[in-house]
Amino acid sequence: MSPNNSEENLSGSQNRRITWDGCSVLLDINDGDRVLFARLTAGSKIKIGDKNCSLQPLIGCPFGSSFQVEVGAEEPFLAPLIPNAEGNGLGEKADDQTMEECRDNRALVDNNTAQSLTGEDIDGMRKKGATGDEIVQALIANSATFEKKTAFSQEKYRIKKQKKYAPRVLLRRPFARSICEAYFKKHAEKIGFLRVDTLSLLLSLANVTAHSNVLVFDMLEGIVTGSVAERMGGMGYVCNPHCGTTPLPISIVRMFNFSDDTCKRILHASLTELQPSNGEISIPSDQLVDECNIKENKDTLSSSAKDLVNMEEISTTNMDTDNNVAASPKCAKTVKAGEKAPPETIKHWKEHGFSSLIIAAPNLDAWDIAKDLVPLLSYSAPFVIYHQYLQPLATCMNNLQSNKMAINLHVSEPWLREYQVLPSRTHPHMQMSSSGGYLLSGTRISSSHQN
Amino acid sequence: MLPTDSTKTLSFNRCITEGDLVIVYERHDVMKAVQVSEKGVLQNRFGMFKHSDWIGKPFGSKIFSSKGGFVYLLAPTPELWTLVLSHRTQILYIADISFVVMYLEIVPGCVVLESGTGSGSLSTSLARAVAPHGHVYTFDFHEQRAASAREDFERIGLSSLVTVGVRDIQGEGFPDEFLGRADSVFLDLPQPWLAIPSAAKMLQQDGVLCSFSPCIEQVQRSCETLKSSFTDIRTFEILLHTYEVREGHLPSWQDGDGVLASLKGCKKRQRSTNGQENSRPQTVLARRMGETRGHTGYLTFARLNCIR
Repeated sequence: MSPNNSEENLSGSQNRRITWDGCSVLLDINDGDRVLFARLTAGSKIKIGDKNCSLQPLIGCPFGSSFQVEVGAEEPFLAPLIPNAEGNGLGEKADDQTMEECRDNRALVDNNTAQSLTGEDIDGMRKKGATGDEIVQALIANSATFEKKTAFSQEKYRIKKQKKYAPRVLLRRPFARSICEAYFKKHAEKIGFLRVDTLSLLLSLANVTAHSNVLVFDMLEGIVTGSVAERMGGMGYVCNPHCGTTPLPISIVRMFNFSDDTCKRILHASLTELQPSNGEISIPSDQLVDECNIKENKDTLSSSAKDLVNMEEISTTNMDTDNNVAASPKCAKTVKAGEKAPPETIKHWKEHGFSSLIIAAPNLDAWDIAKDLVPLLSYSAPFVIYHQYLQPLATCMNNLQSNKMAINLHVSEPWLREYQVLPSRTHPHMQMSSSGGYLLSGTRISSSHQN
Repeated sequence: MLPTDSTKTLSFNRCITEGDLVIVYERHDVMKAVQVSEKGVLQNRFGMFKHSDWIGKPFGSKIFSSKGGFVYLLAPTPELWTLVLSHRTQILYIADISFVVMYLEIVPGCVVLESGTGSGSLSTSLARAVAPHGHVYTFDFHEQRAASAREDFERIGLSSLVTVGVRDIQGEGFPDEFLGRADSVFLDLPQPWLAIPSAAKMLQQDGVLCSFSPCIEQVQRSCETLKSSFTDIRTFEILLHTYEVREGHLPSWQDGDGVLASLKGCKKRQRSTNGQENSRPQTVLARRMGETRGHTGYLTFARLNCIR
């Protein structure tokens, strides 16, 4: 599978389609039932149900490939799954659906007596080397009520047993879309309830593209910063501003598998450094640099000492792993995202202004931040503010208008609905997200009079 | 429209020059794209504006007409372009566009195939996402519309990123030269299931396809066809609700005058001749706008199956 021309043009590992040792991946277990992040190394493991499997077989495989947990003679392992044999779906019989369904559930009584195979029987089968699929077949054969079920119901039963006795793992590439969805599903509060469609609007409304200089105030663990950097492909800069001396945490950025080029472009700077100053104040910024260096040195020392321990820890945790993932050393990488912006870059930003601004601080007052950051934008630059609540954005919009700082102001709320599309069974999903937050977008103008 | 290198990024120092495309902003719902020329003149309800007054000023400037009215000159972006372009066909709007770009996982350097081009609304955002080294190959079976799209891309400076071809994708599929080269494919066709097999051959492994269809029957048929080579098939609809925001005073029900005034229509700000108005507390009120778009289309996404 040689890379095509289009892949070669891409910056380094930006769009690699095959996993490598040390890369960050998204593991989708049983078709979205459980999604977790992991770093692929020889020693890392994953726990599915009550089985611990090594992730090593996944290294060097294409993203999008599937694996099934098999219980071998020794320990459980992940075997590659070839999709064509059983016909893609988990036992779907598409052709049979064309005939009219005459069965229904009137005679079925749910009293737990239908299955004649016991737990011990199943364990016995396993010890004799039965595959997960064989166990599922056996369960179906030994179910007294299976034949009486409707075709849809049979399918549901088969899938349920499959998920328990032969779980599948899908190897996914971490991308803004998948990272956001994974977090929104399990730990939405960590990303301030930012839904994937809202994130996509942030990126469009802020006109994020290569060679932009985007100012991003990100209180969502770096998911916005990472998504912006992804869209810029290592060209241009993302700046995280902060008040005071400590930059905000951006641990999620490490999941994106960014190349060094891209990591170099993700920087932070304090508000005082970014604002036009009346006379340069060099001493405090030196002090700032020192503080950051000290902090970083401490981190690298501690993480390199705990190398192996961190790798093992990844095996038993799920989403909370991100903290471990962040701390684990990236042996190949020398560049960390989120370094302090060097003075010449800050000077460049002050001279030209930022080409757009994104504020994602769902628990802070929006106007308070906007009044300081919007003036750092070039004229005619777009900005977007994300908030969990409507009122702060309405107030902010009003203030921007009365202070003549912006035009083209809109407060909007995205609405997203997913559908199940199956023959004779098409309808929206039974559950849906009721809120993805609110957005205030606008374009900066000069408040001084022209002409 | 897009910064092809760091010198072209929007900046305090970048000024309007002859030949630039500017967006003339009168109101949030009244905007127009204008090509700047030395001798050009713009006439609108606010008066007459000479282009020569614009040249040398930064984008974002407020420009006064001969009569004293004013407009703003904004730098074009794909979002503003979508609002001002001429509709030769029904277009996609920002909610669908931004979701598509995110879900198709388009990043700089990607190769994207699109059909039909329509009025080029989505194509502009696709170009932004793949810039500067990627490319968008878009196809439409209508020769004149393809030509208009080509002209538009020329006007907005995207011709190096977007190539328009005239081709019936439903009938002939995508050209063989793209076999295995596309990172993403977007279909906006009346019968997308006819184009899906070809799209599957164009996509790279784990590449993503999107099909946009207004009707659920089209979606059902497309999903059936997708099952053989694709996985992770998901269908969505997305809408953007806008809010109107205004400052107003909600009088107490004990305030007789206030209650009567509010019966007459609360939009009118109480005009008072004796300065009492200033003491009334103003609150910021927000509510959804009256009528809004109920449906644009269904977006169906799928990933190409991994075959090893």
